Amino acid sequence: MANAEYLPDSQVTVRASTYARLLLLAPLATATLLIVPVLVGLAGAAGPAFGWLPVLGGKTLSLDPWRALLDTPGLASMIRLSLVTGIASTAIALVIVVLFLGAFADSRAFIWLRRLLSPLLAVPHAAAAIGLAFLLAPSGLAMRLISPGLSGFHSPPDYLFPGDGGGMALIAGLVIKEVPFLLLMSLAALSQCQAEQRTHLARSLGYAPTTAFLKAVLPTLYPLIRLPIYAVIAFASANVDVAMILGPSTPPPLAVSVVHWLNDPDLSKRFMASAAALTQLGITLLALAGWWLMECLVACLGRRWLTDGRRHTAHRLGLWLGGGSAWISVTLLGASLIALILWSLATWWPFPVLWPTPLSLANWQRALDGLWPATLTTLALALSATLFSSLLVVGCLEHETVNRRTMGTGASLILYLPLLVPPVAFLFGLVQLQAQLQACLALSPGFLSAALGHCLFVLPYVFLSLAESYRRLDPRWSQLSASLGRSPAYTFVRVRLPMLLAPIAVAMAVGLAVSIGQYLPTLLLSAGRLTTLTTEAITLASGGDRRLTAVYALAQLLLPALGFAIALWLPRLLHHHRRALQN
Amino acid sequence: MSYPSQHFSRRKLSPLRLLGLVSALALATLSNTALSNTDLSNTTLATSNEPQDWTAIENAAQGQAVYWNAWGGDSNVNAYIGWVGAQLKSAYDINLVHVKLDDTAAAVSRVVAEKAAGNDEQGAIDLIWINGENFAAMKKNDLLFGPMAERLPNFSLTSPDTHTEMTTDFTVATEGYESPWGKAQLTFYYDADRVDSPPRSMAELLDWAKQHPGRFTYPLVPDFLGSTFLKQALIALTDDPDVLARPASEADVDAVLAPLWDYLDQLHPYLWRKGRHFPASGPKLKSLMGDGEVWLAYTFNPAEPAAAVSSYQLPPSTRSYVLDGGTIGNVHFVAIPFNASHKAGAMVTANFLLSPEAQAYKQRLDVWGDPTVLDLAVLSEPQKQALTPTDDQPARLPTQALSQTLPEPHPSWMEAAEAGWLKHYGQR
Repeated sequence: MANAEYLPDSQVTVRASTYARLLLLAPLATATLLIVPVLVGLAGAAGPAFGWLPVLGGKTLSLDPWRALLDTPGLASMIRLSLVTGIASTAIALVIVVLFLGAFADSRAFIWLRRLLSPLLAVPHAAAAIGLAFLLAPSGLAMRLISPGLSGFHSPPDYLFPGDGGGMALIAGLVIKEVPFLLLMSLAALSQCQAEQRTHLARSLGYAPTTAFLKAVLPTLYPLIRLPIYAVIAFASANVDVAMILGPSTPPPLAVSVVHWLNDPDLSKRFMASAAALTQLGITLLALAGWWLMECLVACLGRRWLTDGRRHTAHRLGLWLGGGSAWISVTLLGASLIALILWSLATWWPFPVLWPTPLSLANWQRALDGLWPATLTTLALALSATLFSSLLVVGCLEHETVNRRTMGTGASLILYLPLLVPPVAFLFGLVQLQAQLQACLALSPGFLSAALGHCLFVLPYVFLSLAESYRRLDPRWSQLSASLGRSPAYTFVRVRLPMLLAPIAVAMAVGLAVSIGQYLPTLLLSAGRLTTLTTEAITLASGGDRRLTAVYALAQLLLPALGFAIALWLPRLLHHHRRALQN
Repeated sequence: MSYPSQHFSRRKLSPLRLLGLVSALALATLSNTALSNTDLSNTTLATSNEPQDWTAIENAAQGQAVYWNAWGGDSNVNAYIGWVGAQLKSAYDINLVHVKLDDTAAAVSRVVAEKAAGNDEQGAIDLIWINGENFAAMKKNDLLFGPMAERLPNFSLTSPDTHTEMTTDFTVATEGYESPWGKAQLTFYYDADRVDSPPRSMAELLDWAKQHPGRFTYPLVPDFLGSTFLKQALIALTDDPDVLARPASEADVDAVLAPLWDYLDQLHPYLWRKGRHFPASGPKLKSLMGDGEVWLAYTFNPAEPAAAVSSYQLPPSTRSYVLDGGTIGNVHFVAIPFNASHKAGAMVTANFLLSPEAQAYKQRLDVWGDPTVLDLAVLSEPQKQALTPTDDQPARLPTQALSQTLPEPHPSWMEAAEAGWLKHYGQR
């Protein structure tokens, strides 16, 4: 390609179009990767839900699985839990994010929090949930802080947390992980909707900061973060790992029950589990529909409020609630990590002693044997899923750039598909198909199918992290390169890629973090044969050894943190002679 | 550390349902294979890839990968299995792969599915850690390979002729379809700093709970350890324990179980969280003990409290005891599925697990602490010494306490008790 300049013009055009055609493969492959497993998986769940699963003797269509599901005790509570935790956690997280952005944009607190965002995002859900449980349990760090001095407790008090029937612990666990995600998504969107100018205008008209944000920025910001919000609702209403650690157990949210039924030795339960998986899909859709209705309601009610001319509405509220709650959720997350560290170093540490003495590395040494292979598996899965996803994402974005066309709504919907359809619903169907098609190599449970399963969740996040930087890269660089007679491919490799190294590295770090945190795809698609740090941490969290659980949760957390550190450090290393590219 | 079998049978395979399922599935495959259930297993037994004498078995095992499906929720057990793998690698070039299960029933369901799909020789599971109802269900449905225990040279070290518990699993004769691995007995433990005199019987337990509300609980039925509490209570409360040795279908179930519900109705208001919530498993119960939330707990592994003190999970003031008149005890086993791909490797593994070396290492408190199944009387002096605990961990149960072992009731009673419990208390 370096010889392109010697080629006659016509040949350059041919090369360019070959390149463009080659690039077309990326969006095609991406769409196939994202759509086919989800649809096939849903179909795979739909069959057994109506009695069709020949391997297990289901050869006639019937409604029996649905009848069995309806007869399940506690079904109503399961559904209620899924709906309530899904909507409530998203609503709380969104309110926190909006109020915080309104009250504190441009402040020093904001700059601080912004720096914390990436590391906070890297904390896997399971690790955060385990830490939160260690922090807030009756014998947790928080209670030790006030015991026995303030509380008078010499034994842990009798309250049910985590695992309370109302799902408060579960909601809290979801909120502390959703706030950083929504904040990051909003930050990316803010630059697209001229937030700064809008705020300045409103401020100059005498609006208080929060009010200016709510009235002038939010109405344009919201449509831009709607899909991420929907993804959060879908995740929260159907998640399994956080619910297993923090959620109630009698009965658990529906998604957890689906996994239990799938693993039930009574294989006939799989029919009912399929029906439940489809029900889960329905619940998530219901939650989304409910949210959409609320959107309409708020838009309708808010219209008059937007133009009523009041300058200070919600300003105080934003200052106190927004600032307070954002810091509370960040502090909770941070304190959870401290709880994890202390437990991983603790020897005998009875309640209500606040500080474990002596500190010891014995737990880490004890864990080392199991930790190492699990780390290798985790890394192998994460690297293969991330590399493959990044390749496709860069291909898609390059395709956009070369053809000067950005993605339509339909395409972004495809991108969000695996995040919007509850994984438990379609992964479950894929497992049923695995049972049906054991002979087919790609579908047999193992590393390959698990890695592909990870891609479903890694790819969208890599795309979301990278797209903004990729699209914002000044097109004049490419035009300059083209005017010098370079082919698009050459321009990509020598101009765009180096300039985008930093965002690509960060996007890959996000991908690694997402893959490392995956529980359900690993568990289901490998038939439990792959042991990753996440599956291990969640299994241990259900057991009794808090010290070992802490060790695994920390290891699970260190790995993505390491990924982010490398992502930040790599561009500096590679661009040490190009100062302008070092950030 | 915890006792594994609580996880073996958390969700059991109801033998009847399993039978129904298997026969339905068999019917589906029959049209193709024209084989009956028994024929299927006989065919497998007769396949040529199955060596007969022990040297040939050892030779065949060389270089095999053995997929051992075993409950993986305990790091000490996992580390021990890892150690076994290292030993097997150097001695036989066997690659032992520990497939960590959260519930042994999952392995059972996998074998059922494989059989249904007509997979009679290429099974994904070579060895299962098993006992109780899962064994009963698998054996009844010809899902196991055997008889194989007698063919393991080390099996004789357990003196199976005199120690009948080595050949009986939950009142079901093993007939060589599983090989013993370790021992278990319901053992209570308490925090001596908080409790002066722990209850010595089920009746005393009720009084003790009334005096110390919120300081005792049992795992959520049908967790194995939770169900074991029901069985222990049932044995203590029933007038005629012989009834329990026979299938529940031969007795008036409601009448036999009535005293149990009476007892639990009285006990529950005084349990941890007033009986509205139960810990999910034995390990959870232990961590409640570690947090000081409960002061009295129990386990199925007599060495667990002592080992947990060593790993800082329980207070140093923990002490263990067995109820007056004894408690339920049993043996846990390993078994080979009928369609295991690497039967020779699995047999060599099972035999190694019975070696004095492996049993002695397993019994060390800093390793696992699981009591040996070997008969010390038939061992050499150094082997005997290696298998005699020398540590002076005060939390360890005195060895003589293990002699008061009550037999497990017939598996059907456990099912009846679990179903009844879920009906009485499951809807809260």
